[in-house]
Amino acid sequence: MSLAHPDAYEPASSLAARLTGAAETARALAADRSALAGMVIVTLLILAAAAAPLLAPYDPNAQDLALRLAPPGAAHWLGTDELGRDVLSRLLAGSRITLAVVALIALTVPAAGLAVGCLAGFAGGIVDAVLMRIADVFLAFPRLILALALVAAMGPGLSHALIAIALAAWPPYARLARAETMAIRERDFIAAARLSGASPARLLLLHIAPLCLPSLIVRASLDMAGVILTAAGLGFLGLGVAPPQAEWGAMIAAGRRFMLDQWWVAAAPGVAIAVATLGFNLLGEGLRDVLDPRQR
Amino acid sequence: MRAMLSLGAKAALTLFGLLLVTFLIARVVPIDPVLAVVGDRASSETYARVRAEMGLDRPVAVQFGRYVTMLAEGDLGQSALTRAKVADDIARFFPATLELATVATLIGLVLGIPAGVIAAARHNRWPDHALRLVSLFGYSVPVFWLGLMALLLFYADLGWAAGPGRLDPWLEDVVRPRSGLLLVDGVLAGNGTVVLSALRHLALPAAILGYYSLAYISRMTRSLMLEQLNQDYIAVARAKGLSETRVLWCHALGNVLVPLATVATLAYAQLLEGSVLTETVFAWPGIGRYITGSLLSLDMNAVMGGTLVVGAVFIFLNLLVEGLYGRLDPRLR
Repeated sequence: MSLAHPDAYEPASSLAARLTGAAETARALAADRSALAGMVIVTLLILAAAAAPLLAPYDPNAQDLALRLAPPGAAHWLGTDELGRDVLSRLLAGSRITLAVVALIALTVPAAGLAVGCLAGFAGGIVDAVLMRIADVFLAFPRLILALALVAAMGPGLSHALIAIALAAWPPYARLARAETMAIRERDFIAAARLSGASPARLLLLHIAPLCLPSLIVRASLDMAGVILTAAGLGFLGLGVAPPQAEWGAMIAAGRRFMLDQWWVAAAPGVAIAVATLGFNLLGEGLRDVLDPRQR
Repeated sequence: MRAMLSLGAKAALTLFGLLLVTFLIARVVPIDPVLAVVGDRASSETYARVRAEMGLDRPVAVQFGRYVTMLAEGDLGQSALTRAKVADDIARFFPATLELATVATLIGLVLGIPAGVIAAARHNRWPDHALRLVSLFGYSVPVFWLGLMALLLFYADLGWAAGPGRLDPWLEDVVRPRSGLLLVDGVLAGNGTVVLSALRHLALPAAILGYYSLAYISRMTRSLMLEQLNQDYIAVARAKGLSETRVLWCHALGNVLVPLATVATLAYAQLLEGSVLTETVFAWPGIGRYITGSLLSLDMNAVMGGTLVVGAVFIFLNLLVEGLYGRLDPRLR
């Protein structure tokens, strides 16, 4: 997996440079077999979630008590659960919740971490010390336990689970952005920009923050697997979405009661979680190798 | 010395922040702690009296001060569920978590370090790829699901391991709890039946958590080793004719022991606290299960006490890691 030497090609404009860069990233990712597998899994997952109502053979919440806990077969490919609901349809419905959680966390948490970290690294001194001590406090909690305590305080529910996961997830991003900022801050081009009269805000927003992005993206893509697992864990403990909505972790918790005789009810959502997490892990590792070879 | 002091100050600040966060979380709970004590048929005078007794009519800052004073005296409040002191509850539940996490970390270290060294030595060949698969699986499969499936297979179907819990029910309270660690207490009492039963119960959850620990430790060992193997002194050692075994296991591994100590401590910390889900699945009476159990019945003193203890342990282990670094690496002294 080799990228073209940077000197070999001179882009005509900054837009062209950016497009070429993106194309190079995509090509390098496609050349890496496991990253490609990750991309395929994630893409399929997104498609399945988007088309869930079309793909699902049954209404995910339609009960058929005559068909309780039916084994996998022609009518119900993955069997039915304790209320006679189709497990496959519920898996598809659950993929929407999982992806919604991933998307919301991926959009908000790295941005918050970037803001805090850049500010701390750029300002230094007391601002840095205060912000980093706050980050340390949140890092001192194990993620799941902090999320648990927060959900307990706010009451169960998807939006509360999201807030809890976000609050537990931001500090590593802030630390990363701070470290990057402190390294970039000392570079010559920043001094040059400052000499030519750029304001601190301009330096931070236009010169420093964009350079922090690649490592944050890598971290985020690796982190999403953990987010899926945390969300599923909260669901398993009964702190996620409210029933009867289908969520993978909650489905496992429900299937647990019938596990000895009807194992498929608990097995299927576990496989779904594992495959989704694997997809994000593979994609994340691929992105890390391409965008940030130092972390390899 | 100065470095030690600043480390200590940092830890104290973090601990203070931890207190503040748990205090604030407990305050936003949508249940009325006074009502929980007096019941909803109490007169308004009784309500006001109890409220004043609990100090809830004072300013928030004063309440926080009271909270910190209480904690400083080792008082974590009373559990609404068990009616016992939270501190006593935690002292009873914590050893179970400690036992599980210790055995799991040992499994992770004993298997993970050699696996990582071999993967680095056979970089990009099949042992390396195999290890990557093993650890990717560990990073991707939800621990509670793997636990359930393991129970299904090894307990229900094959009968190799014992079921949920720490002991067979008829062996409860047979040996006097001295350390709270059943393996240690059983050996001290010379009771082989208890030790065996404890081992049979420990096997599955420890193997599952140990597997996650192995996934992490082996990957870290591998990347640390790869860094070393590219350095000049390794080439020198090889050039002067040392055997590959010696180069690998003495020279290279010796130089990654310091960062590995950090990795191991972090893995241990993660297990101490991250075993919430595993403990739920295996009905393991540890701190994680104590927190989740209290949480579902909105017993906030217990939840916050447990969270605080877990956070404090984490801070302590991190402090240990930073201290270890200075001790073990002469360059940092």
